[in-house]
Amino acid sequence: MASSSTRGAAIDLRSVSKHYGSFIALDKVSLHIEPGEFMTLLGPSGSGKTTTLNVIAGFTEVSSGSLDVGGKSVIGVPAHKRNIGVVFQHYALFPHMTVSRNVAYPLTLRGIANPDRAARMRKALDMVKMADFGHRFPSELSGGQQQRVALARAIVFDPPLLLMDEPLGALDKKLREWLQLEIKRIHRELGTTFVYVTHDQEEALVLSDRIAVFNQGRIEQIGTGRQLYDEPETLFVGKFVGDSTILRGAASTSGNETALEIEGRKVAAAKRLPNGAKPVMLLRPEKLSLARRGKGGQDRNTLPGRIGEAIYLGSGSKYEVVLADTSKAIVRSTLDAETFAIGDEVDLVFAGSDVKLLADDENADFTLT
Amino acid sequence: MKQPGRILLGLYCLLVAVWLVAPTIVVVPMSFNEKKSLAFPPSGFSWQWYQNFFTSPEWSASLIGSLKVAVVTAVFATVIGTLAAFGLDRMKSRVSGVLRALLITPMVVPGVVLAVGIYAVYLDTRLVGTMTGFVLAHTMLAVPFVIIAVSASLEVFDKRLETAAASLGATRLTAFRTVTLPLIAPGILSGLLFAFVTSFDEIIVALFITSPYLKTLPVQIFSSITRDADPTVAAVGTLLFITTSLVIGAGLLIGSRQGKR
Repeated sequence: MASSSTRGAAIDLRSVSKHYGSFIALDKVSLHIEPGEFMTLLGPSGSGKTTTLNVIAGFTEVSSGSLDVGGKSVIGVPAHKRNIGVVFQHYALFPHMTVSRNVAYPLTLRGIANPDRAARMRKALDMVKMADFGHRFPSELSGGQQQRVALARAIVFDPPLLLMDEPLGALDKKLREWLQLEIKRIHRELGTTFVYVTHDQEEALVLSDRIAVFNQGRIEQIGTGRQLYDEPETLFVGKFVGDSTILRGAASTSGNETALEIEGRKVAAAKRLPNGAKPVMLLRPEKLSLARRGKGGQDRNTLPGRIGEAIYLGSGSKYEVVLADTSKAIVRSTLDAETFAIGDEVDLVFAGSDVKLLADDENADFTLT
Repeated sequence: MKQPGRILLGLYCLLVAVWLVAPTIVVVPMSFNEKKSLAFPPSGFSWQWYQNFFTSPEWSASLIGSLKVAVVTAVFATVIGTLAAFGLDRMKSRVSGVLRALLITPMVVPGVVLAVGIYAVYLDTRLVGTMTGFVLAHTMLAVPFVIIAVSASLEVFDKRLETAAASLGATRLTAFRTVTLPLIAPGILSGLLFAFVTSFDEIIVALFITSPYLKTLPVQIFSSITRDADPTVAAVGTLLFITTSLVIGAGLLIGSRQGKR
């Protein structure tokens, strides 16, 4: 478990597809992961993120495409020969073995005998802060403790790659936030490549070096959290990562400018979509501001609306504004900004330069389960 | 108020309970009869019929014969039944449903029908009255019990643990040996006990395929009681009642303990 950044394995998926009958679970997915990188596969349920993880782990065979781990093709290599650590959402600890025996299990299979085995087991349990629980059975541990033991078991044999499938999905929020930081620390200490599956975009932002956003069996965009938030390439990414307001209306372009007409009011941005796609405008909550009706000023875009929901967050306020076309806008304001109450008639104000112009896509809706 | 109804219900339940248990219990006092008679109620008290059971060569030979057959049957039925249950569990559900029904048939088909069939086959193949013949027939009868017991514990077994074992480097066989087998062991053990008992108290098929050289205990009881009124039968009955209750009780206990963790 020496900490060195060269320990992790690179992963290369090229045009990987997986079909179940006529259902396409993965549609020509290509993804390169750097050695030692923390890559998160983010997406709603059924988007293909878990299938991708299972393909890398060797639990699912690909229908077509190629997959290299550490520079070698692993197509056709069974899971037990891949030497990849996996952490499952449901912990998957062996209930008939103590914590010690669970963690020693992969070492025993590799023919590593005591005292080496005991030393490595202790080191792994130390790393997840479970050293005092070796004699316990999994049923005697809380969910968070079980998942830490599962993590120790998955790293004890020094795999160059660790896969995690929604490992914190079954835990409550406070514990989840704390374990996220623990996972980040362990990633730093190990230098192993981490591939992490989640549907929680906040978790993805906290943990990842880069995030691959999945939708309907395809990758929509790969990038750092900042890139996904500031420069979403598709409407789906814009909606899935962070809060957003989507404006739709009759589009017109003149020169380098695109304008939308929404219930008789025009808003414009000095941008153009390259092709003839139908444009929509996406705005982040902190790029929007509110003013009393008619006081929004002339130099910026304004849209009339009514406060539908006002939430005090401590560090500021969050408003849901119902616009004239009944669509909803989400606005975040700082503490020193003017406050509004539910039912107030307001103007939504924003600068054309803060607008993300994206192609409309009816497949951009998602459900979280 | 509600009282008369409750008393009536209590009486009814008691009646049914007595009716179910009485024939078994009646055997116990009869086994201590002083006279050589199966009359009820018995008169006097003596241990002589128990003594007779353990000293008479006829009785002890049949006991040993029964134990041999039952032990070998239990082992074979457990191995075959466990493998079958495992296969059924990992199959496509439509095929496994049909196969499961097929494998359970020895439990459903009337014993006499099976016995006649087995006898007809055995006559030609000279299996009548042989150890092999008994074990073959009884294993067939016991396999369904093992399948049911093991299937029940496979039902609650989390297959994802095998996936986890594979990710940690275990081949399918190793995963089965180190993870699946220990976790379904209670089901296998209760299947083993049921298989043993199925063979040990089987009479119908045994009557058909028995010979003077190999008699099982139930056959010996039957021939003894049709010949004369020997209270040794009651003594054997009492012993069997106690042992079977203990074995089945243990089986149920083990079976109910699985999946609790």
